[in-house]
Amino acid sequence: MNEISNKWIGKNTIRPDGADKVTGRAQYSSDTTMPGMIWGHVLRSPHPHAKILSINTKKAEELEGVKAVITSKDVVDFPIDTPVILGIQDMRWMCRNVMARDKVLFHGHPLAAVAATTEEIAEKACELIEVEYDVLPWAIEIDDAIKPDAPILHDHIQFEGKSSNIAGTLEHKKGDIDKGFSEADVIIEREFKTEAVHQGYLETHSCLVSVAADGRATIWSSSQGQFMVRAMTSYLTGIPQSNIRAIPAEIGGGFGGKTIVYLEPLATILSQKTGRPVKIVMNREDTMRASGPTSGSKSKIKIGATKDGKIVAAQGTYYLQAGAFPGSPIRGAVGCSLAPYDIPNAHTFGYDVVSNRCKVAAYRAPGAPIGAYGVESVLDEIAEKLNMCPLELRKINAAKEGTQAVHGPTYPQMGYLETVEAAINHPHYKAPLGKHQGRGVASGFWFNAGGESSAQLNITEDGNVVVTTGHPDIGGSRASIANITAELLGIHHDKVSVLIGDTATIGYSNLTGGSRVLFASAMVVTESAKLVIKQLKQRAAKIWGIDEEAIEWENGEARPAGDNAGKFAPLTLAELAEKATATGGPIGAGYQVNTEGAEGGFATHICDVEVDMDLGIVRVKRYTSIQDVGKAIHPDYVEGQLHGGCVQGIGWALSEEYIYNKDGHLDNTGFLDYRMPVCSDLPMLDTVLIEIPNPKHPQGVRGVGEVPLVPPLAAISNAVYQAIGKRSYSLPMSPPKVLKIIEGN
Amino acid sequence: MSDTQYLAAKTIDEAVNAHEKANGTARFLAGGTDLLVQIKSGIRKPNLVIDIKKIVELNSINEISDGEFEVGASVSGANLNRNLKFAKLWPGVLEAFRLIGSEQIQGRASLGGNLCNGSPAGDSVPALIAAGCKAVIAGPKGKKDVPIENFHLGPGKTVLENGEMLVSLKFPKREANSADAYLRMTPRTEMDIAVVGCGVNISLENNVCTHARVSLGAVAPTPLLIKEASDIMVGSKLDDDILNKVSKMCMDACNPINDKRGTIDYRTKVAGVLFKRATKLATDRIGGNK
Repeated sequence: MNEISNKWIGKNTIRPDGADKVTGRAQYSSDTTMPGMIWGHVLRSPHPHAKILSINTKKAEELEGVKAVITSKDVVDFPIDTPVILGIQDMRWMCRNVMARDKVLFHGHPLAAVAATTEEIAEKACELIEVEYDVLPWAIEIDDAIKPDAPILHDHIQFEGKSSNIAGTLEHKKGDIDKGFSEADVIIEREFKTEAVHQGYLETHSCLVSVAADGRATIWSSSQGQFMVRAMTSYLTGIPQSNIRAIPAEIGGGFGGKTIVYLEPLATILSQKTGRPVKIVMNREDTMRASGPTSGSKSKIKIGATKDGKIVAAQGTYYLQAGAFPGSPIRGAVGCSLAPYDIPNAHTFGYDVVSNRCKVAAYRAPGAPIGAYGVESVLDEIAEKLNMCPLELRKINAAKEGTQAVHGPTYPQMGYLETVEAAINHPHYKAPLGKHQGRGVASGFWFNAGGESSAQLNITEDGNVVVTTGHPDIGGSRASIANITAELLGIHHDKVSVLIGDTATIGYSNLTGGSRVLFASAMVVTESAKLVIKQLKQRAAKIWGIDEEAIEWENGEARPAGDNAGKFAPLTLAELAEKATATGGPIGAGYQVNTEGAEGGFATHICDVEVDMDLGIVRVKRYTSIQDVGKAIHPDYVEGQLHGGCVQGIGWALSEEYIYNKDGHLDNTGFLDYRMPVCSDLPMLDTVLIEIPNPKHPQGVRGVGEVPLVPPLAAISNAVYQAIGKRSYSLPMSPPKVLKIIEGN
Repeated sequence: MSDTQYLAAKTIDEAVNAHEKANGTARFLAGGTDLLVQIKSGIRKPNLVIDIKKIVELNSINEISDGEFEVGASVSGANLNRNLKFAKLWPGVLEAFRLIGSEQIQGRASLGGNLCNGSPAGDSVPALIAAGCKAVIAGPKGKKDVPIENFHLGPGKTVLENGEMLVSLKFPKREANSADAYLRMTPRTEMDIAVVGCGVNISLENNVCTHARVSLGAVAPTPLLIKEASDIMVGSKLDDDILNKVSKMCMDACNPINDKRGTIDYRTKVAGVLFKRATKLATDRIGGNK
């Protein structure tokens, strides 16, 4: 890669989806319609926890316009005690999450679905379904779910020899923790609490499914992976994957929350039963009640350091809400929280806790923000106690190339220390603060991921290029792949079109998630481009009658490699395309592989807040995020990822939370009371992109999409502490809570 | 499936008659920014929706005499905003109104609708009460005026009876050296609902307060006029001592609830803070500072 001067990589080229999106032409999932289409609606549980004694669908079926009613009987069952793992999900939980069997486990849990000629009839029919419940005691909060006499959600789940809502644990150990603490001059131990927060994608879940008379199903839906949609729908309906074609729509935000299905299997079964295309659109209330969010948590962090600031021991214990089914992101909390540091003795432990909330879904660096919140807050206290600059403390303890991380691996070349140094030297860090203002810093880490990707690169007859990959584009993959393709082929960016294939037109490609898409697809596109260049050289060789080895590809042209090769005028891509039929046929190549070598990403954030001391309102006045981005293929998009993560972090820290009422119902299912920040809540967000290339990637790419949400919770909390002189140990730092802290009650 | 009828009334009589005939099953529609949302979410299922935007009197802004305004019940916020004289005389009313929803919402939403929706947290209501504004109501028995502070009976409940319609809002003639202000507390800077709202309207003569009205929203089942505040403030120089007294009075008047938007304790404290800040803002406006 490095031998080619970068003409397109690193350029802010025009995004290919931009015009369609700003003119309303882009096709989102709910924009799709079909002749003969009917509407589905889902009946949801009014109780947080109840045994289903009976479901009578007779009246609903008799309503004019109703075409089919389904319940869990129609969904493939997976025995509850046998794991069937698919990616990050387990099908025995998935089958019960899309349609409750035996028990409803949260308010909003689906238990029947109707297809009817109109949305209104389908909704009305749901009201006519008679369900007999035996309402059970429920547990919403972690403490209620883990107390000795807690109502048990799943009887077969055992912890320490008895039925429990603790569904799993995860542990990392390094060195000797007790010995480490014995060497410490200062030890701080604190407890933290965070609330469940939703990804807040503006486009709610929706799909259209058509099952034809021959049994073949076509699914149009908004997801972070059409292959995930195909596989899960196949598992839950019994239709073989070869008979399901999943077509990805443009996606109106996912942030991890669309790595799972809710509606597709139901619409498929309804379409199977009725022979009609079935569309289901979730409203905002149901999206909040029954999709997403990420875990609320409680944690305890203990860190010990010597008086010169060397961390000698760190311990973290995390309890994360999984929602109704096991699978909270404890890995992110347990694995990422200490990852930026070189710590000789460490012990992290996570508990996966089920309770009567909706099942959590992935959310941007799942679990890592929760882990970093506690650790980075305690580090702030240690720095203060040692009378040390908090960034200096991080610098002293920064993990570097060769450091063995607490979660296992030894780091290759990486740029954490560079983010800290850039923060220390940034004008923001030296800028004066006003009255009731405070400045906080925090760092964060995310694993990033590789995994399966496929690409096909075809040369059109007129000498342009079409690249197809298999990942929905959420954060700029099309624009970035166009940059890379133009660079590799030595052609103008305008000549490259990048498309997202469906499950029938491109090879298997794993989810858009884990900050993996550009990392992985750049690899398969690079290999495809190499194959195409080889073909182009072969064609030129044929035309010139010389050896393929005597030809080089440069600036979009085949040229004789040297004077010995002969004197020929260069052949451009367009000329070779024109002669393709005569020289052997279409030019194009594909590549697919399970990519490896994704390396973690690190960030350090600086945040200034101002606190209204009478009202407890916290406003973020200035924010700078500094991140090792590997190589910014499309810097605007990379900055956009950093901005987005910071904003979601500001919401999480200050105003977003799932609020349950005394009946176990979610009490804030709309954006009025589920307060995501709006533009006027935010300052301009500054970014610093540090480029320490990932040595294991042809373009040096590191995932960039998730790290930006890891540091903000602590950075903001630390800033609030500096502003008011007292510390909050729970999120969100809502005005009433902050005022109480200020007043010392 | 919906059997809701729609009527675009041309006159006050037509609207009032239709409403009376529907016998409690009709709702008036101005901007619809509350009503349509309520219908969609199933909170209200009216048999008849009477659109009042086509009634001329309801959709006009009249300056009855110099500095004396009557604003039709369905005049949109965007239109009211464009009336420069009104904006100069009643900055507090407009700043309250501008806090409702977004720019788009304000193209439709009306002062009248905000009032008739009956929410104790309606942003414009405390400002209207502080302004000393009156609701002009038409009904089967003719027209009548009701002071805004008497308009609400409880959450979602107003004095309007079957067949009665809000026609306009009548503002008192504006004296010189007067200004109003409205402040609210919301966790977000916009697109939010008041946890507490406070409207203050004062007149000064040689730095002495000659007229004062203070109103609070979202701290009780209905928006409140703090009557005793006027007695203490008038004749004073609005010094710290007086402001502290009235601030305390505001806090004592609060009778809020604990809910997801705020606690009793928090709302009560905030009421006292917002009174002081709104008074300062109104005073600055008279001085020409803002």
